[in-house]
Amino acid sequence: MAAPTAAPTAAPAPASASSTDLGAGAWVPVCRLDRIAPGAGVAARLGDVAVAIYRVVVDGVDRVYALDDRDPFTGVRVLSRGIVGDRDGVLKVSSPLHKQSFALATGACLDDPARGVAVFDARVVDGVVELWRASRARAA
Amino acid sequence: MVGHALVERLLAPGAGWEVTWLGEEPHAAYDRIHLGRVLDGASPAELALAPGGYPGAVVRLAEAVVAIDRRARAVTTARGATLSYDWLVLATGSRAFVPPVPGAEGPGRFVYRTIEDARAIDAAARALPPGARAVVVGGGLLGLEAGGALAALGVGVDVVELAPRLLPVQIDDGGGAVLRRMIEARGLAVHTEARLEAIDDTPGGAAPLAVRLAGRDALPASLVVIAAGIRPRDELGRACGLPLGARGGIAIDDACRAGDPAIFAIGECAAWRDQVFGLVGPGNAMAQVVAARLAGDLDASFAGGDAPTRLKLVGVEVASFGDAHERTAGCAAVVVVDTERASYRKVVLDPSTRRVLGGVLVGDASDLPRLAGLVGVDGAAPAHAVALLAPEGAGPAGAPPRAAQVCTCNNVSRGALCDAIAAGACDVAALKQGTRAGTSCGGCLPEVTEVLRAELAARGIAASRALCEHFAYTRQELAHLIRVRRIRGFDALIRDHGRGLGCEVCKPTVASLLASTWADHVLDEPRVHLQDSNDRFLANLQRDGSYSVVPRVPGGEITPAQLIVIGQVAQRYDLYTKITGGQRIDLFGATVDQLPAIWAELIAAGFESGHAYGKAVRTVKTCVGSTWCRYGVQDSVGLGIRLEHRYKGLRAPHKLKLAVSGCTRECAEAQSKDVGVIATERGYNLYVGGNGGAQPRHADLFATDLDEPTLVRLVDRFLMFYIRTADRLQRTARWIEQLDGGLAYLRAVVIDDSLGLGAELEAEMGALVGAYRCEWRAVLDDPVKLERFRTYVNTEEKDDELRYVRERGQRRPAHAHEHPDGRADGRADGRADGRASPRLRVVD
Ligand SMILES: Cc1cc2nc3c(=O)[nH]c(=O)nc-3n(C[C@H](O)[C@H](O)[C@H](O)COP(=O)(O)OP(=O)(O)OC[C@H]3O[C@@H](n4cnc5c(N)ncnc54)[C@H](O)[C@@H]3O)c2cc1C
Ligand code: SF4
Ligand code: FES
Ligand code: FES
Repeated sequence: MAAPTAAPTAAPAPASASSTDLGAGAWVPVCRLDRIAPGAGVAARLGDVAVAIYRVVVDGVDRVYALDDRDPFTGVRVLSRGIVGDRDGVLKVSSPLHKQSFALATGACLDDPARGVAVFDARVVDGVVELWRASRARAA
Repeated sequence: MVGHALVERLLAPGAGWEVTWLGEEPHAAYDRIHLGRVLDGASPAELALAPGGYPGAVVRLAEAVVAIDRRARAVTTARGATLSYDWLVLATGSRAFVPPVPGAEGPGRFVYRTIEDARAIDAAARALPPGARAVVVGGGLLGLEAGGALAALGVGVDVVELAPRLLPVQIDDGGGAVLRRMIEARGLAVHTEARLEAIDDTPGGAAPLAVRLAGRDALPASLVVIAAGIRPRDELGRACGLPLGARGGIAIDDACRAGDPAIFAIGECAAWRDQVFGLVGPGNAMAQVVAARLAGDLDASFAGGDAPTRLKLVGVEVASFGDAHERTAGCAAVVVVDTERASYRKVVLDPSTRRVLGGVLVGDASDLPRLAGLVGVDGAAPAHAVALLAPEGAGPAGAPPRAAQVCTCNNVSRGALCDAIAAGACDVAALKQGTRAGTSCGGCLPEVTEVLRAELAARGIAASRALCEHFAYTRQELAHLIRVRRIRGFDALIRDHGRGLGCEVCKPTVASLLASTWADHVLDEPRVHLQDSNDRFLANLQRDGSYSVVPRVPGGEITPAQLIVIGQVAQRYDLYTKITGGQRIDLFGATVDQLPAIWAELIAAGFESGHAYGKAVRTVKTCVGSTWCRYGVQDSVGLGIRLEHRYKGLRAPHKLKLAVSGCTRECAEAQSKDVGVIATERGYNLYVGGNGGAQPRHADLFATDLDEPTLVRLVDRFLMFYIRTADRLQRTARWIEQLDGGLAYLRAVVIDDSLGLGAELEAEMGALVGAYRCEWRAVLDDPVKLERFRTYVNTEEKDDELRYVRERGQRRPAHAHEHPDGRADGRADGRADGRASPRLRVVD
């Protein structure tokens, strides 16, 4: 049985290779991986921002994904509490409020191409989940 | 078993036979293949092959045939009856072979063939002291299944096998090595090349028995199961002079005739070309031949069979098919061994015709239907035959041929399934009924489902009752799989019977099925990810992301002291309070991290979870009844409270509501509930299938003037039958409508017990009622579960965006236009943090 994979644009690259081309910023440790039940999500704060972090086990391998926690349809920060799964092999989470689905890899809303949420870089180092926080200077 | 396959055909409408069925066992035909379930606690009724009996046939149980008078065409039974026949069919099966060694029989020694055997083993095993050991003699299919079942009961098991490997008949040495490691990993000790010499009674020894082996230390045992092979039960044929096979068995020709024009033999007791078949597939094929012959089809003939075999041991996948031992001259074999995943897979092929001849699959037998289906098809093996063993998708393209066999137990090809689908079978149940595929061991059901999906898709019809893209089954079919295969986790279910990772449709559905089958806590770690937000936080999600809390108020009866506690809790956390339609109090506006503290206070005051968050039994609404009302004829409050305590928390396909009214004035609106009770002078009238909501429906009167124990029994059966068989989100009213035969059928099942399921349904309900625990108390008692009730994993900060306004003296969430900072819907925080656009993340 073919295991679902992330959308092609999200082909996983080794952290060491790509962390160099993320621009200015830093990896911020957030929590231990075992604080996230397999297949589920939690919310974390990155400054003012609420980030939804998901732990997905595909073929026995743990992967982490991170999205903006805010459901763009309601403006409420709940996406971390949605059910994770896949649609036609694309990993996604469904909003607990009105059930729209968002791709974990791209943040795209699978039910409404006009909507989407921001994606954060996430990785696991020595059992600790880290998020990439871009520096404000770069955005200016 | 094979007798059943025949009789079923003979009783088909229009066949016109007068059938008498004589059986030595006290049970009508049952599913011997799943005998192991008796050790899992299944009742004989659960194994019955025809729960509805055999209308039209005379079935005489516990009455063995002792002699056949071929000249008079009559049989004599152990009870002294003589019955004449025009045709006689012998389907006497096999008996367990017990090696002729000293002490092979006696107390503590068992064979494993019948329900009574399995029950005796079960009783003996359950009576053993902790630490006791069992020895299983024989490392074949039966021995390993028996050993696995004993190990599951917590008994230490030694398996003794004469050959150098386990499953010597089915698999080769390479597969045997992998299998041995898997069996040992399950805690069973394996002794190969070990010959049984004797079984000694050792009174006063460490264990009551000692199993002596040639040239080795004896194994102490409290229980010995002998599974050393089977021998055909040919004694009736032998006694009346029917020819026998070279190695026993009643010799039959291609027509399944037993050397006497009026006698047929089928199944394990028959020897075809000196070959005896120990599997149900060839036996069923023989039954088919005899049925066809009797119906006048003189071309019907048995052509042998080499059905694949599969070991049915949870977590140990082993299968072999065709020429597994590379015995065909000039054959070649391709083997893929993966020691990391503990799998060994071999395909044997004929290099000249490129046919697949057979194979062995250990550790991962998911390819069995696909590979076995290719046997005998010219050119099925590609030039690089290893591609046959590659993961799905890499194999040869194109649909398997029509001739490919899908159900080996019942000899159903892909083509036969396609024809049935073309003739209108549009779900698995219809296919099973129409073709018999999947009705024996069930191992082919995923493949049958796959064919159905593909065919319907090709016809542009969606397999509409499929749960979602991850499971091609209906909720009812999944319920059946979970129960019958004893599946306790989502991961195993989707791996073996689904695809992908799941979604918001199948995950909560499966969670609910697991809860109503096994009664494990919904927040045990492997289940967390299945729950929707309500079940995950055991509270009701509201539009601003906060939750509401509903303590249980059984029957709507509440003391002033309890009211005060609710008031105090609401005040302390500034919760908006409202009376619900189910006679309880809903407290709104709690955040995830406040929930445990709120519940600690409620539980300290004696409240329990109200399960308002789940698809579960909600409330039993009552009127005050004879407690106060001058019209009341029964204590509706008391009954309502008892019912609510009985069914509280019960997970179901849809939320369930109950009500009890104290007289016909019906103040509790019982007729608008799934289960309604209205008191009468003589007891209670029971109504089912009502609901309020968007499409209100009055309940139907189901039974009248019941006493309370009868009422409870009927409600147990009704609810359990609904939980087992309804579709996802199907309310009781819709469920009753779609039952074939509707309310009358439901009455027959629930009141008259027409399916013989009553005791089982009651027992299941009893087990669930007994396993009830307040879900919130279980959370408060478990630090791991408690840890999940946090707003953020990495800080104690709260969600600082929740905005409330006060209205009519209470707090409610602000609407968007009321937000002081003008926050509009859909603003993305990620961008506020300096991220120019969503970007690729890196997964490590
Ligand atoms: C534990 C176990 C697991 C198995 N697993 C599988 C499997 O996974 N796949 C598979 O294909 N097969 C399996 N089998 C084998 C399968 O059960 C048999 O092939 C099948 O039952 C044979 O059917 P039958 O009708 O020939 O014999 P049976 O099912 O044995 O029926 C014969 C019946 O005839 C009765 N009888 C005998 N003599 C008389 C008499 N003189 N008068 C009246 N009645 C009599 C017997 O009591 C018995 O009830 C398993 C068997 C066991 C025991
Ligand atoms: S239903 Fe009957 S007993 Fe109950 S409150 Fe109404 S009138 Fe009284
Ligand atoms: S293969 Fe056993 S039921 Fe189909
Ligand atoms: S909000 Fe009450 S019925 Fe929908």
